[in-house]
Amino acid sequence: MIKFKHSLKTAVSGLKTHKSRSLLTILGIVIGITAIILVMSIGSGAQNLILNQIQGLGSKTIAVVPGREPTGPSDVSQLMSDSLKEKDFEALKRKENVPTLGEVMPIVFGGESGSYGSETYRLTIFGASDLISKIFDLVPEEGAFFSENEVRSRADVAVIGSKVKEELFGESEALGEKIKIKGKNFRVIGILPKKGQVSFFNFDEIAIVPYTTAQQDIFGIKFFHRFIAEADSEEHLSETVRDITITLRNSHGITDPSKDDFFVETPADLASRLNVITSILTLLLVSIAAISLVVGGIGIMNIMLVSVTERTREIGLRKSLGATERDILVQFLLEAIILTAIGGIIGIVLGALFSFGVSVILTRVLAMSWEFVFPIYAAVLGLSVSGAIGLVFGIYPARQASRKSPIEALRYE
Amino acid sequence: MPLIEVKNLKKTYYTDDLEIPVLRGLSFSIETGEFVAVMGPSGSGKSTLLHILGFLDRHTSGDYFFDGKTFDDYGMSEIARVRNEKMGFVFQAFNLLGRSSVLENVKLPLLYSRIPEAEWNGIAEGAIQAVGLMHRKDQEASRLSGGEKQRAAIARALVTNPQIIFADEPTGNLDSKSGELVMETIRKLNEEENKTVVLITHETYTARHAERILHILDGKIESDEKVEHRHVPNKFFK
Repeated sequence: MIKFKHSLKTAVSGLKTHKSRSLLTILGIVIGITAIILVMSIGSGAQNLILNQIQGLGSKTIAVVPGREPTGPSDVSQLMSDSLKEKDFEALKRKENVPTLGEVMPIVFGGESGSYGSETYRLTIFGASDLISKIFDLVPEEGAFFSENEVRSRADVAVIGSKVKEELFGESEALGEKIKIKGKNFRVIGILPKKGQVSFFNFDEIAIVPYTTAQQDIFGIKFFHRFIAEADSEEHLSETVRDITITLRNSHGITDPSKDDFFVETPADLASRLNVITSILTLLLVSIAAISLVVGGIGIMNIMLVSVTERTREIGLRKSLGATERDILVQFLLEAIILTAIGGIIGIVLGALFSFGVSVILTRVLAMSWEFVFPIYAAVLGLSVSGAIGLVFGIYPARQASRKSPIEALRYE
Repeated sequence: MPLIEVKNLKKTYYTDDLEIPVLRGLSFSIETGEFVAVMGPSGSGKSTLLHILGFLDRHTSGDYFFDGKTFDDYGMSEIARVRNEKMGFVFQAFNLLGRSSVLENVKLPLLYSRIPEAEWNGIAEGAIQAVGLMHRKDQEASRLSGGEKQRAAIARALVTNPQIIFADEPTGNLDSKSGELVMETIRKLNEEENKTVVLITHETYTARHAERILHILDGKIESDEKVEHRHVPNKFFK
């Protein structure tokens, strides 16, 4: 029986004889593997992006969201429920209720237009307390944040994002000027540095005002959209979550946990939920790309069958010279596997290049903090899948070849 | 013990509703070192006989012993080895791998042999030398002339040092001059290296290189005779 090394050589020289045909044959595999690598790479990039943003929140941060945890599309309205009130805020602040609490801040938010002179800009109003600077790690480039007193006294002051400053004021001085929101003048007391997208908020398009002012003068509501809390240390995170939950249940008079009208969320919860979503999306796209691999595999099988017929004489000759059925089988199977493996390698390289291109576009053109990720497991998967396709779709033509009677084969014209 | 022993050998091809008898009971034997030509018109069954003798095809009934054993005695994987080590084939259509060099073509049977790889080049070059093609060793087979192709094919048949060479109309595609040279080469193998040769041909002058001629007609042996006046090799080709 022939040694593997020589089977390999024979297969390679068989492929070299038909270079352009071999290349066309593997095109399907190349496209399929490229698509899979691209999807996987972008999928992991997206996952990293989300994780980074969530980590930007700080691992001690806890969000209390009104309404029930959404269990389906019909529950979405619950998200905007008004269950978080001033008395809840007071209850959370009491040390005996949540001993491990570091800070807690209520927030309200919504879209509103702001104007200065003739300029108008659609901005996001973010009503917060003076703790926002600490919790979100925000330091104004010019000016300063409002104080606790200004929150208490419902001062008409605002700290604006860099984009807001640019749109409303252009190059001219903004600090101390007044912008009009909902018919009320807000004095600009601080301007944030350019930050881009952080934790799902674009801080560049924001106007931060005391939550008291936002509630009464802008939105006209008596509830909060969120509480943002911090545990005093990362180790106390789960205790803090538990105590917040108990405190709010008591405050709302809830005894049955399934009737909760709020939910408490940590960055880890959020991360794992988003991870599941991106994983499902990636899987879905990979499965679609996998279809093209099957199509490519059928292409390989088709060409291999043609090749077997075309090389009937060669098969007969090899048999008459002492090749066993197994030698012929291995030769043709190896040709198929080498073809698909080469297709796989080209696909991996192209997939990596394309996803690198995508990452360049996302960072340079769309200014996202996107990182190029090339998952090694995707490359391993791509290579083994393409090899397996060669095996699966090559076995039938190879068997056909090995079973040819030498005499029929030699007689073939 | 004769190298080849055939007893009442029959071969019938079956189509949907037809039985086509090709060989109708042949009996003969060939000793080691003999040079036998099998002659007959086309359709007489001589190629079928050669294929059966070369274990490329199976007979329908009767007995065929090669080196004392039948096809079934050997079994499928052993058959491949017998073809590789004990038999050499030369075909009318040469059947070289056109894109490979002469050397690569000649080495082909070694791929399937038990001979260590280190010896392959030496053995193959020896065989190429024996057929006088050393100057063409690295040429692509498709670029050789017909006669050179057939001599390369003979070198390939020789390379595993087989006991017997089966040649199926080796000069059929060649002009008379190249044909003559090919026959000289085959004859030299028989005389100098004591290879048994079974030659299929329909040309009398080609057959007269052999010591013995088997005439086949309609699947039966018509005559089996020693050649009285063997073809004298032309001095020109020596």
